[in-house]
Amino acid sequence: MSKIFYGNLKPKKGKIHINKNQCKGCGFCSEYCPSDVLEMSEEFNAKGYHPPRVKDEERCIYCQLCEAICPEFALFVTLKEDEEESQGEKSESRP
Amino acid sequence: MINDTERPESKNPVEDFLRMDRIPHIWCSGCGIGVVVSSFAEALRKSTLDLNKVAIVSGIGCTGRVAGYVKLDSFHSTHGRPIAFATGLKLANPELKVVVFSGDGDIFGIGGNHFIHAARRNMDMVVICVNNFNYAMTGGQVAATTPIDAILSTAPYGNFEHPFSLPYLADACGASYVARWTCLHIRRVTNSMQEALNKKGFSLIEVIAPCVTLYARRNRLGDGLNLLKYYYDNSVIQHGADTRTLDISYQGKMICGKFIDRERPTFLDGMNTHLTKALGDKYIPYGVQS
Amino acid sequence: MKKVKADPKGILTGSHYLDGDFAIAEGALAAGCRFFAGYPITPSTETAERFAERIPFVGGVFIQMEDEIASITALIGASWGGKKVMTVTSGPGFSLMMENIGLACMMETPLIIANVQRGGPSTGLPTLVGQGDMMQVRWGSHGDYQIIALSPDSPQECFDLTIRAFNLSEIYRVPVFIMTDECVGHMHEKVVIPPADQIEVVDRKWYEGPKEKYLPYKPDKDGIPFMVKAGDGYRFHTTGLTHDERGYPVINAACQDQCVRHLSDKILKNADKIVHYEEDQIDNAEIVVVSYGITSRVAYRAVQLARKAGIKVGTLRLVTVWPFPEKRIQQLARSVKAFVVPELNLGQIAKEVERFAAGRVPTIPVTHCGGWVHDPEDILKAIKEAAQ
Repeated sequence: MSKIFYGNLKPKKGKIHINKNQCKGCGFCSEYCPSDVLEMSEEFNAKGYHPPRVKDEERCIYCQLCEAICPEFALFVTLKEDEEESQGEKSESRP
Repeated sequence: MINDTERPESKNPVEDFLRMDRIPHIWCSGCGIGVVVSSFAEALRKSTLDLNKVAIVSGIGCTGRVAGYVKLDSFHSTHGRPIAFATGLKLANPELKVVVFSGDGDIFGIGGNHFIHAARRNMDMVVICVNNFNYAMTGGQVAATTPIDAILSTAPYGNFEHPFSLPYLADACGASYVARWTCLHIRRVTNSMQEALNKKGFSLIEVIAPCVTLYARRNRLGDGLNLLKYYYDNSVIQHGADTRTLDISYQGKMICGKFIDRERPTFLDGMNTHLTKALGDKYIPYGVQS
Repeated sequence: MKKVKADPKGILTGSHYLDGDFAIAEGALAAGCRFFAGYPITPSTETAERFAERIPFVGGVFIQMEDEIASITALIGASWGGKKVMTVTSGPGFSLMMENIGLACMMETPLIIANVQRGGPSTGLPTLVGQGDMMQVRWGSHGDYQIIALSPDSPQECFDLTIRAFNLSEIYRVPVFIMTDECVGHMHEKVVIPPADQIEVVDRKWYEGPKEKYLPYKPDKDGIPFMVKAGDGYRFHTTGLTHDERGYPVINAACQDQCVRHLSDKILKNADKIVHYEEDQIDNAEIVVVSYGITSRVAYRAVQLARKAGIKVGTLRLVTVWPFPEKRIQQLARSVKAFVVPELNLGQIAKEVERFAAGRVPTIPVTHCGGWVHDPEDILKAIKEAAQ
């Protein structure tokens, strides 16, 4: 479902990639995500930390704040293109 | 448990700027240095500079490890000396853009003398100082930036020495660009870094970052998230504020922003102008860029 | 290493009347030095002053840094920026530089430090001669490492050995020290500077292979790694921490062994090419006078008197003091009766001679704390004593 407003503007949607093994469980991403997309999971990675997990990907608005604030370079967001326009995702410079 | 070889299929764009064979890095969980490096990588990505001509010099300490992780011509020099090292590097090859990326103890403790002279000379370099208010790598000792009353291993009953106000010091020494942010101001940090990279002259960007294992633990301030919440609640942005008013008291207000942005001739500008005037045609100008 | 043509811009060809300090500055410019970072200290300041006066006409940078520590560190940075670099100092400044001399050795950085020695320790005798830093130049920084130290005995040699020092530094990627003294530094003598095409200048081994395959510390066949400079796109890393061939820090005993032995072997295995000394009438000598710097000129007088008195005295003048000419001393110890080692300190190099004489023959130091040169009579007395 994609909302359309102001003529042809559409909100961006993002796909979150988490490198679970690089995460050190600091919690910055899930705390500061403005759309409440992430939470810290219960599973353990090899170093014993709890990486984040995506609660609801539909809420992601591709603000890339989680990508910018992660101290471990462990997660990043790619732009989800609309299926009608093109296939696949692309990554852009953070605004 | 997660399979420890599991990785995302696509590549994190920041990896182009990092030595991925050395990641994960050594910094603690909740440490702010990684966030500043991430902001720096973004500034590099957005800049129009030829990255082959950007060199990074670090000193010793937690922030001093940054040079090892960033994929540029990088130098890990001795404690307190990255600014002197960067001076030599820049003067030997004026085409380089030199970035000094080091910590508060390194640059303003042992390295204080080099800082004030490089700022006075307006050496063309960008100094990014990650300020976590202590000497973290050696186990959390008091530093020249530690607020009064903070407890650290060499001030076990609380610090009673008055700390530096880094923007005030930089201003007094003649720096061309001075800004202070916390690591939470991710995009503003990136913008400041971009501005400094594009500017000729001596720039200082102070980025306040959490030190979870030492500063926060010894003062019972919680973890990284608690410190970030303190930054969120207590930082105010006042661009152009008087640098005399920027002291940070223990868990007090932190005034952030861009305080100084001025034009002054750099060391090489001064050298070339002056010697041309004094010696005329016989002088061979050095490093004059078009 | 690559032999290149000396840049005529820096060379004051002709016959001059210069003091040792000035000759060092001229030697540096002739060798291609285009960056000088220093701090004023008696009796070396004249070298910095000369360089500051001359460099605007040659093309390069002179910067007076805020202290000696900044000077040596800026030198290391500038060397990695691709320039040939030098500083000059004396005892107290030399002590300040020690930590970063270690950094230069660890990073394998070519640079030159001239120490115009004065009476020490501490502030000592700022305006008077000494030779008390000879062990410090070898061991001053912490840890195990090797350096090269040359000792000129005249302003002409100050010029010549400075060029030689630059070449050695570039070939072996190591700090090279010019250990002169206040006497040679401040004495005025004729210095002949040849034309550019007669001056041999060597550049460091620049890497020219594919960028992805570059390993900053992988030794080449001659034991010395190829060097690059910042700005050429190699995106390399170098550190003062113990490192592997990639330049990355590796903190374990195996890497430490490899790293440290490499720094040592680089010089020791090539010692035969580096060590340089001058001998006179050594073939039938019964006594050998081992000396260096200004003392060798004073000793010459004593040797003349001794020979007149019928004593078979030979001289061994050390031009390179470090690496020490161990093999020659060991050889001579088999044929002579004694060594006499006059020096303006309490026997620093005498102990090295004694060490390599290995007890076969006595080593008689002629000590002098500095402030003035020896009285040739004192050296003569020691020679006569050795002859019994």
